[in-house]
Amino acid sequence: MAETSALWINGPIAEQIRAHGAETYPHECCGALLGRDSTAVPEINRGKDALAPAREILQLFPLVNRRDDSPRNRFSVTAQDVLEAEKAAGAQGLEVVGWYHSHPDHPARPSEYDRDHAWPWYSYIIVSVQNGAPQDMTSWRLNDDRAEFSPEGIEIRHRAAV
Amino acid sequence: MPVKVMIPSPLRPYAGKRDSAEFSARTVGEALGHLTTEFGELRKHLFTEDGKLRSFVNVYVNDEDIRYLAKENTPTKDGDTISIIPSIAGGCGSLYCSCRLYGMTNERARD
Repeated sequence: MAETSALWINGPIAEQIRAHGAETYPHECCGALLGRDSTAVPEINRGKDALAPAREILQLFPLVNRRDDSPRNRFSVTAQDVLEAEKAAGAQGLEVVGWYHSHPDHPARPSEYDRDHAWPWYSYIIVSVQNGAPQDMTSWRLNDDRAEFSPEGIEIRHRAAV
Repeated sequence: MPVKVMIPSPLRPYAGKRDSAEFSARTVGEALGHLTTEFGELRKHLFTEDGKLRSFVNVYVNDEDIRYLAKENTPTKDGDTISIIPSIAGGCGSLYCSCRLYGMTNERARD
């Protein structure tokens, strides 16, 4: 399946997501992705071979999984958490451009439950954690018709976070 | 003064990139009805096929969650602000992972 968009993320932030997944294993971890959407990224800063349109993750906002009843296969972020994440992003001139969570002992592929509960536009990063060790990490965006996700290419960048 | 509806980032592409819209409305339901009439693409992201607000769509009048008021029948008055706030959910435990969509083996949830 063709990747229709690209997500830029620097190496340390990618490692933070993996580490959060390992830390909460066998429960799911979750958090917000703070960054800038492509319209705010100057064209001159895009690599020649970068997929367009690009979106850049510059910080994480780790959250507590609110699903006490089923944390091994569900995560939940409350509206209040969302507002807190937006506030933290806005304070740094960033915005919440997506969310990450882990799939303990499952592939880094969105489930039907993920799709059914997803919002469009956001990037959804999933990291697979197998036996406590983080493995594949993928990113997805819900299609306009809500029928399925499209994969989003993750491009590891080598630059300092803000 | 009409009621102002604040549109969250993920829905702005379906609302002409606007972050808010104003309507004359006596209830929350009426305001959301105007919103989804003006921006038809928003409807499927806010409402289920049978017309109910999706569970992860939170609606506030000023600072009050309408679930604790009269839900979509919550009355509004001129100058009120209606905010649509996402909540986020997901997880790997549905009966079958949609990885089958991508050519992988079906997986049963553990519980």
